[in-house]
Amino acid sequence: MSAEVGQFALILALLLSAVQTVAPLYGAHRGDGVLMAVGRQAAILQGLFVAIAFACLVYGYATCDFSMALVAQHSHTTQPLAYRIAASWGSHEGSMLLWVLILAVYGAGVAGFGGTLRETLQARVLSVQGVLGLAFLSFLIFTSNPFLRLSPAPIEGTELNPLLQDPGLVLHPPLLYLGYVGFSVAFCFAVAALLEGRVDAAWARWIRPWVLAAWAPLTAGITLGSGWAYYELGWGGWWFWDPVENASLMPWLLGTALLHSALVLERRGALASWTILLAILTFSLSLVGTFLVRSGILTSVHAFAVDPQRGVYILGILAATTGASLALYAWRAPALRAGALFQPVSREGGVTLNNLFLTALTATVFLGTFSPVFIEMLNGDKISVGPPYYNRTFAPLAVPLMMLVVFGPMLNWKRDEAKRVLQRVRVPAILAGVALILAVVLGGLDHLLAAGGIALGAWLLFGSLAVLARRWWAGRGYLARSILTTPRAVVGLVIAHAGLGLLVIGVTGTTAWDSEKVLNMRPGQTIEFAGRSLTMTALETVQGPNYQARQARFSVGDRFGAYRFRSERRFYPSAQSQTTEAAIRVGFTGNFYVSIGEESPGGIVVRMWSHPLIVWIWIGGFAMSIGGLVSLSDRRLRVGAAVRAPLPAAPHPLPAE
Amino acid sequence: MKRLLFLAPIAVFGVLLVVFFLGLGRDPRSLPSVFIGKTLPEFAAAPVRPGDVGLSRADLNGGDPVLLNVFASWCGPCRVEHPVFMRLRAEGVPIHGLDWKEEAEAGHRWLQENGDPYIRVGSDPAGRVGIELGVAGVPETFVIDKRGRVRYRHVGAVTPDVWERKLRPMMEDLRREP
Repeated sequence: MSAEVGQFALILALLLSAVQTVAPLYGAHRGDGVLMAVGRQAAILQGLFVAIAFACLVYGYATCDFSMALVAQHSHTTQPLAYRIAASWGSHEGSMLLWVLILAVYGAGVAGFGGTLRETLQARVLSVQGVLGLAFLSFLIFTSNPFLRLSPAPIEGTELNPLLQDPGLVLHPPLLYLGYVGFSVAFCFAVAALLEGRVDAAWARWIRPWVLAAWAPLTAGITLGSGWAYYELGWGGWWFWDPVENASLMPWLLGTALLHSALVLERRGALASWTILLAILTFSLSLVGTFLVRSGILTSVHAFAVDPQRGVYILGILAATTGASLALYAWRAPALRAGALFQPVSREGGVTLNNLFLTALTATVFLGTFSPVFIEMLNGDKISVGPPYYNRTFAPLAVPLMMLVVFGPMLNWKRDEAKRVLQRVRVPAILAGVALILAVVLGGLDHLLAAGGIALGAWLLFGSLAVLARRWWAGRGYLARSILTTPRAVVGLVIAHAGLGLLVIGVTGTTAWDSEKVLNMRPGQTIEFAGRSLTMTALETVQGPNYQARQARFSVGDRFGAYRFRSERRFYPSAQSQTTEAAIRVGFTGNFYVSIGEESPGGIVVRMWSHPLIVWIWIGGFAMSIGGLVSLSDRRLRVGAAVRAPLPAAPHPLPAE
Repeated sequence: MKRLLFLAPIAVFGVLLVVFFLGLGRDPRSLPSVFIGKTLPEFAAAPVRPGDVGLSRADLNGGDPVLLNVFASWCGPCRVEHPVFMRLRAEGVPIHGLDWKEEAEAGHRWLQENGDPYIRVGSDPAGRVGIELGVAGVPETFVIDKRGRVRYRHVGAVTPDVWERKLRPMMEDLRREP
């Protein structure tokens, strides 16, 4: 039954999205409140029906309903329940349904929480959201139906790829999609602004929270994906510049630019047409990412089962949405009112520079990812672009950007003096210098570049904290009061920028000082490595719920004490594939990572790494995401959402800030 | 002039769209080699295994059809195909390897860890030999006949499916050739 219910719910959602497209747009044009209300209801109902469809799919997976083709392809009775449920979004069809679900939920969110939004603006935003819903729901229903039945139903299904049976992967796709699809709201606002031909204060206030709501989960999703690659793929790397990774990095970079330019727009009314362009491009890059993973245009380790037919459809959606919005941009944006003026040395100037760097970084990754396609088109040559390209192009752009990050929050709006700004960052600069000297002393002169990286991280870390310090100590009044009244947006900024500093420290530490050793070991043997002694205590075969594993157990001693280690190579008979489960001791100063390889009469290959400071990469990534959430909870944004409550009349005019 | 600036995004997007559309029609894995039907050019690669002889063209016309696999330890899909080669080696299929764009040490460590399915394996740290052979990326696998001529070039991982459907029948045919 559940498959049919899901199918009907999807069809109803498709019809509702058509209503959502037409009714509010016409209503906004005519100034008809009833039609605009219909649009809101359609958006909320569409969210409800897609949620029902998604629940039906999850139910089918949870109960092992192998008469559903999709369930039979990615689920197996021996697969644990959590992974059976996660398999709902492990396939192309299921992940597209999740995509549409998040789109519809965001649409319902715009309809439900848009209280203070001008009604005609809200209606136009919903209408554009309706077009996206229409496009993706029809894509889902007509080319990738998740509710197809199988007759006769097989007794047993085929297992989900064992590499994906992992807690990290349960959450990774939903977080990424919250980000990708979340940028659709900013996109809809941008197109609505172009349709209206004006950008006003209400528009500027509303775009930033939606961008934050997308950016924070995207950051967490990318961080989680990187962590998963580190512990699951068994080769100790954390970023591989794979096309699919790049597909998530590009919207992130441009979304970060958007986050900052939206701030300028909100506070100063400047950079309006640039912000609109960024909003369009950020969501377009999310679509490009979707296209990349499902079209087979590039080879990648983790592409979905590819199908050029689907690629054509997604390309069509991309052409229609991005093409139409950019055409609209070319037509209407020149007429948008120019924003307030500002001096080169000012907060606005800083954000402009930040945007230039982030856009250049996005272009770098874009060229690296797609140059194989371009070059082949031009002269038929096949090339591949690997880490060497990115080391040469990405890092030289990223380092100056990160050096500038500290200056941004220290700058005044409108105009500032370079000399004074330099004075404000004196303390973090001194501390970064101390970090540089310490790193040279501890790491040696031949790691000068690495010491520079550590100093850069310290600069970011202390420079962000200095924002708080400046506010707390240099401000008037009592310390406790200025701590309590610090806006959450400022706290969020500090957490996010400090997180970037931690990430830089982690990347530097593990890139410069990692060490590894590979050798054949037999049970009973002991070896010394990177200040630790490792003894293999046992090597045996164990049976898991849906796999057999060759398991090596070790006892490890380091200067902090002793602990046990277990590393496995798992074989999944029903999927006919193999995974490596590395043993990892996570520590703030560094990780110890042991994985086992091929077995021979001489013993088993044991590969061990010491990854100094690597854990800070993910701590930094999650800190950035948390910073985004804290900023999202700022009173300014919340109050903006609930102005309806009657405000007590102020006894006397409040002084301007 | 200002108006033109606002037209730039859509103009760039239009070009991209055309490229993407043309790109869709092609299979990134199908790549004819310029050497199909010809012998490979002369080359000699240094050894990956310390004290070994490396790989040169002379190794490729030993009277039996062979596979030449171009790999690297930094390459993700190579990890996917590696167990297949381990199995083929156990079944007696002759495979040579070329370790592309990395120091021999890295390749050697990788082989020690994951198993070494190759008869001869050469190191190509600068990608020179790769250029000679027209290698575009890793992994790539050449099918070479009894007389040392390239008969097929597979781009991307050799999965069990690729082996069963494509390379195995091809190798069997080549073995029957005079």
